[in-house]
Amino acid sequence: MKTYVFPAVMMTLLMTLLTGLAYPLGMTFLAGRLFPYQANGSLIERDGKIIGSELIGQNFETARYFHGRPSATTGPDPKDPSKGVPQPYNAGASSGSNLGPTSKALVERVGADANALAADNPGVPVPIDFITTSASGLDPDITPATALFQLPRVAAARKIPEDRLRKLVEDMTTGRFLGILGEPRVNVLKLNLALDTLSAEPR
Amino acid sequence: MTANGFLQVALYCVVIIALTRPLGGYMTRVYNGEATFLSLALRPLERVFYLASGIRENEEHDWRAYGLAMLTFSIAGFVALYAIQRLQGLLPFNPQQLGAVAPDSAFNTSVSFVTNTNWQSYVPETTMSYLTQMAGLTVHNFVSAAVGIALAIALVRGFARRSTQAIGNFWVDLTRTVLYILLPISIVVGLFLVSQGVPQNLNPYTEVTTLEGATQVIAQGPVASQEVIKELGTNGGGFFNANSSHPYENPSSLTNFVEMVLILSIGAALTNVFGRMVGKESQGWAIFTVMGILFLAGVLVVYGVESRGNPAFAELPVDAAAGTLQSGGNMEGKEVRFGIVSSSLFATITTAASCGAVNAMHDSLLPLGGMVPMLNIMLGEIIFGGVGSGLYGMLLFAIITIFVAGLMVGRTPEYLGKKIEAKEVKMAMLAILILPFSILGFTAIAVVLPTGLASLANAGPHGFSEALYAYTSGTGNNGSAFAGISANTPFYNTTIGLAMWIGRFLFIVPMLAIAGSLAAKKLVPASEGTFHTDGALFVGLLIGVILIIGGLTFFPALALGPIVEHLAMHAGTTY
Repeated sequence: MKTYVFPAVMMTLLMTLLTGLAYPLGMTFLAGRLFPYQANGSLIERDGKIIGSELIGQNFETARYFHGRPSATTGPDPKDPSKGVPQPYNAGASSGSNLGPTSKALVERVGADANALAADNPGVPVPIDFITTSASGLDPDITPATALFQLPRVAAARKIPEDRLRKLVEDMTTGRFLGILGEPRVNVLKLNLALDTLSAEPR
Repeated sequence: MTANGFLQVALYCVVIIALTRPLGGYMTRVYNGEATFLSLALRPLERVFYLASGIRENEEHDWRAYGLAMLTFSIAGFVALYAIQRLQGLLPFNPQQLGAVAPDSAFNTSVSFVTNTNWQSYVPETTMSYLTQMAGLTVHNFVSAAVGIALAIALVRGFARRSTQAIGNFWVDLTRTVLYILLPISIVVGLFLVSQGVPQNLNPYTEVTTLEGATQVIAQGPVASQEVIKELGTNGGGFFNANSSHPYENPSSLTNFVEMVLILSIGAALTNVFGRMVGKESQGWAIFTVMGILFLAGVLVVYGVESRGNPAFAELPVDAAAGTLQSGGNMEGKEVRFGIVSSSLFATITTAASCGAVNAMHDSLLPLGGMVPMLNIMLGEIIFGGVGSGLYGMLLFAIITIFVAGLMVGRTPEYLGKKIEAKEVKMAMLAILILPFSILGFTAIAVVLPTGLASLANAGPHGFSEALYAYTSGTGNNGSAFAGISANTPFYNTTIGLAMWIGRFLFIVPMLAIAGSLAAKKLVPASEGTFHTDGALFVGLLIGVILIIGGLTFFPALALGPIVEHLAMHAGTTY
């Protein structure tokens, strides 16, 4: 057995040193030198304070901001930490809803949300991504359809003409990579930062 | 389904086809022990590995010694990984001060990563320290992949050699795979991923105040170094709970494309390595064609089903039609930047391979959309497959096919000049039967025990699918999940742990026995009556055998899960 055990132990040790320490630590060093912004999580600062990451969605509830997609993430219940309670956009515990297509909970949730949102923009059907939870619960993006759907609400809350906001959404829309890969999208946090900047401008 | 959608699928296929020959050529040189452009830098390091471990690199072994070395190494890795998880609270690189992982979860995770499954019953962000992620999980992302490739090379040598007992040196194959193939690609592509936004740091989790004044804690970590090998080695264990749907693991459509290419690149290249080693590249391309056809069929089904959306929402004031402003379809459990086509493609790729990374939640796929990933795994993940395991699994099916063809025309079957006799066919069937034995057996137990049923998140046929998918994924060493299932319980941790062990090692032993028996055979010269195994007839026959074996075995179980759910969904039933 010694013919096998000694090399097995030594190989495990050497592979751990190489691929488990030298490689990730070396990569951390290189990444920090070459791409410090990305390596540290693409964090956005405003007025000297970190207000989020451009890649991680955050929860928006007030009428004056564009909202992101529903998020199914949970966090520990403050009363009983062993239980989970809904905590949308919990970036410390990513998760989807994992509801199957015939789930009663899913169909009821989507129905309630769709009917509630229909009041925001009467006569316009709600875009599907705006009433379905994302895979990560941290989706930073909405479709251009969902951004445009929210124009009347945000325009009224901010007292900015809808046309001006439509232009903003178009400016903030990222197309497919090389016109082929992925889908067009609008980063909600960046859109809202631009919105705050726009509101602050004298008109 | 849109023109752009088909274009994305086509572009992916073109890139995989284009990579197969160059990567296959490079890998062949590595396993033949020839010098490559990296030898100057890596050869000294390689020699250190052999010297320190007492390995004579020119010595080759028979299949038993090869298998024993592989098993001993896997057990050593299991023990080391279990120890790191249990002791992580006392070890460095733990800014979140996470305590020891629970014993049943640590057992399950150790089996999971050693067997290249990377099933995760835990939430990484709140369970694993950075040290465990690096020195534990990342290591096994490399070595379990290397073990799979080494085994496939051993089987190919069995076909390529004649009248010998030797099928290679496990330690040398392992070391060369990590040093010359996995590590260089990981460094280059890993840094590229960082440039696109994948974090690579050892910082504590970032606490931010959002625009609306709430507090958000954002998990960080050395993500990129694990992300790249997770895909390249078809491991699939996410750094974060949401896996490749998490924007830090997969920030853009470009990173998504690169990650998808990583998953199938080695599996595809191995068909070329096979062709080159047996002396005729067209033999490899025949296998590639079989894989390609089954792959495309799967993609088109998932894409077609998912882009139609959930009929339960048809009466609501909802717009789910594809257009220039949205991709429409079934967006529950999907990310906007990937939409329908990139999510459907990823789901098929990750289960064709034994990867198991996900960029959309499979639990929320429509019934037939979720059936394809399950079926991909049930067929044995031979559609390009896990690195190594895909090729050796497919070659076992090829042996069965040759045997069936031989029966039809009444002559002794040959494959690549080797007579296929009773021993090879028995061993191939034994290996193939391990899968249904474990998948169907464990599922049957889980769905009659209250402790098994208590973990299911969805009711009705979808709940059955969750349990079926769990044991399919475990046995197939895939690692993806219908993730609503609460698998972090002693029952599931133990039974899925066993399923992973059975699916990996009970499959490998008969496969290695075939390698040894083939290597010992003489070469039969090709004659007029030889069945050509690089032609369309063979391709068609092989596809037929795969589908018939898989279909007969698993159709009853699928009928109880996704098929009946599909019918219920269209009848308007909810659970």
